[in-house]
Amino acid sequence: MAQGVWTIAEQRDGEIRKISYELVSEGRRLADALGQELTVVLLGSNIKDKAAAFGPYGANKVMVADDSRLEPYTTDAYVSVISQLVKANEPAVLLLGASVQGKDLAGRLAARLDVAMAQDCTVFAIEGGTLVATRPIYAGKAYAKVTFENSWPQMATARPKVMSVNEPDPSKSAEVMDAAFTLDDADLKTKVMDVVKDESGKVDLTEADKIVSGGRGMKGPENYYILEALADVIGASVGASRSAVDAGWRPHSDQVGQTGKVVSPNLYVACGISGAIQHLAGMSTSKVIVAINKDADAPIFQKADYGVVGDLFDVVPALTEEAKKYV
Amino acid sequence: MNIIVCLKQVPDTETQIKIGSDRQSIVTDDIKWVMNPYDEYGVEEALRLKEKHGGEVTVVGLGPKRVTESIRTALAMGADKGILISDGALDGSDSLAHAKAIAAAIKDLQYDLIFTGQRGVDDDLGIVGATLAEALNIPQLSLIVKVEVAEDGKSVKVQRPIEGETLVITSTLPALITAQKGLNEPRYASLPGIMKAKKKPLAEKSLADLGLNSADFGAGARKMKILELTPPPAREAGKIVPGETPQEKAAQLAKLLHDEAKVL
Ligand SMILES: Cc1cc2nc3c(=O)[nH]c(=O)nc-3n(C[C@H](O)[C@H](O)[C@H](O)COP(=O)(O)OP(=O)(O)OC[C@H]3O[C@@H](n4cnc5c(N)ncnc54)[C@H](O)[C@@H]3O)c2cc1C
Ligand SMILES: Nc1ncnc2c1ncn2[C@@H]1O[C@H](COP(=O)(O)O)[C@@H](O)[C@H]1O
Repeated sequence: MAQGVWTIAEQRDGEIRKISYELVSEGRRLADALGQELTVVLLGSNIKDKAAAFGPYGANKVMVADDSRLEPYTTDAYVSVISQLVKANEPAVLLLGASVQGKDLAGRLAARLDVAMAQDCTVFAIEGGTLVATRPIYAGKAYAKVTFENSWPQMATARPKVMSVNEPDPSKSAEVMDAAFTLDDADLKTKVMDVVKDESGKVDLTEADKIVSGGRGMKGPENYYILEALADVIGASVGASRSAVDAGWRPHSDQVGQTGKVVSPNLYVACGISGAIQHLAGMSTSKVIVAINKDADAPIFQKADYGVVGDLFDVVPALTEEAKKYV
Repeated sequence: MNIIVCLKQVPDTETQIKIGSDRQSIVTDDIKWVMNPYDEYGVEEALRLKEKHGGEVTVVGLGPKRVTESIRTALAMGADKGILISDGALDGSDSLAHAKAIAAAIKDLQYDLIFTGQRGVDDDLGIVGATLAEALNIPQLSLIVKVEVAEDGKSVKVQRPIEGETLVITSTLPALITAQKGLNEPRYASLPGIMKAKKKPLAEKSLADLGLNSADFGAGARKMKILELTPPPAREAGKIVPGETPQEKAAQLAKLLHDEAKVL
């Protein structure tokens, strides 16, 4: 019988990424519901000293796969190692993050294990001993509650920034163990040649705590400094609607929506964005939505917790000044 | 350079999704079906590579007969031939099963590259590309915004944006690439293109034609069970922030975000 909950940690350059703590915390809740153990699997190169990070969040065990070929991440190497570990240990539940890396890894891993995989879930529960996952479909225009049939482990990815992180308890620690695996160089067909850091240095939209987004109402690329100024004050990243991206005002990586990034910040401020269905799809899981638009009938106001009817060129700079009082 | 592009037909992104009375499926009556937007990038990139390196572009779609229209669109854009995998026994299958049928159709073709979309804008799974790559035992490169094939046609160099950085990755060929927005600007089908598409070969294949067993497909073979579809949690229109001037509104908003919403 498959036993135990596993979460796959994500690290980059030896730094554990926040999604890993979201996964451990959610994994703990599921493991408690099942009455089983929680194991974190950590892959990387010279990474073992980071394994102690997970105990305080609720992990019982941390299984470490340490190999120079596991840094940086490649699909080939990670899928090979994790599939071996899963086959040898047979966990009941396997959770990964729905980050760029996690989605890539989970897709191929599910295929290798020949199991179903619920991608980008926002809620997990254990019902009758099995994992039930809720995931937005049609970019959040509907939600699907799914479960697994003849499919072990029960595998899913969790949308970043949705699962709450446990308060770490420094008195708790996890047993750290070395994973047993082999890696064949002949299986490694892709190679990371170069890593180019984003110039902006801003937190990626999918990981941002706050987002200030600008649409066609911004009138042109030269006006985004207004949003950058607000973003600097409140600690936000700047996003955009597709219209702004397609006009060439902002890079593709800034697009929020059905064919852009799906984001879940604590605060989303939409400036000069009408609220087209495809845009709403990408940001409707934000915790607090603010809309600043001069058209009182703009659909965005139907989804906004706080709406300001006004000219963004007046309201946003004034908001930037006011926000300084609170940060 | 032979390239295969997988093409999924999905509801137009404008579609308001209505859930059926069975609470397991959506109401499809008024849906306008289109090529998955991410597959348009795949078709466009395949055509550009063909223009540069020569070869043939084959599009493969799985689904009901209406998928033919989307395949014809790709042919009108410039693809050379189409394959439609259509079989009543596929009704109710999950993506895993779809990928297996698509792999069966592709495995005997000549190919250097396969494109899929990074995800379908319907089920938002993004799993078919990886499943195909696994079935065909080739590397996958996902969420790609730039593709350069080496002169000798034996390897490919791609750009893959991840959170905060862009990776430059090389891979041996054949490989599978999942297309992300930013890869290119898809062309429109020209009128002569549309005329020509009508004469291009479009083969239809059943599961039996692909040497597959119907029993492995359909609702009964699903590994992912849908328990229930529900509308999204309602998000109600909130407050319109009061104030006479932009300054007053901004002051009120900042105060509300601090005191009430507690996000400032
Ligand atoms: C296949 C497909 C996929 C798509 N995917 C996406 C997607 O992922 N993301 C996305 O965003 N869109 C997407 N779209 C596009 C979407 O349909 C809309 O066209 C787009 O979101 C509109 O962008 P906007 O709100 O910036 O522009 P508009 O709809 O033109 O709205 C501009 C708004 O700015 C307001 N405004 C103007 N001036 C001011 C001012 N001075 N002060 C305050 N307000 C002002 C106006 O009142 C208006 O409401 C997609 C479309 C298709 C067909
Ligand atoms: N029924 C299908 N027919 C052809 N290609 C498909 C089909 N389903 C998925 N794909 C391909 O896989 C990509 C991702 O889809 P999905 O995994 O369903 O989100 C799509 O953009 C297509 O390229």
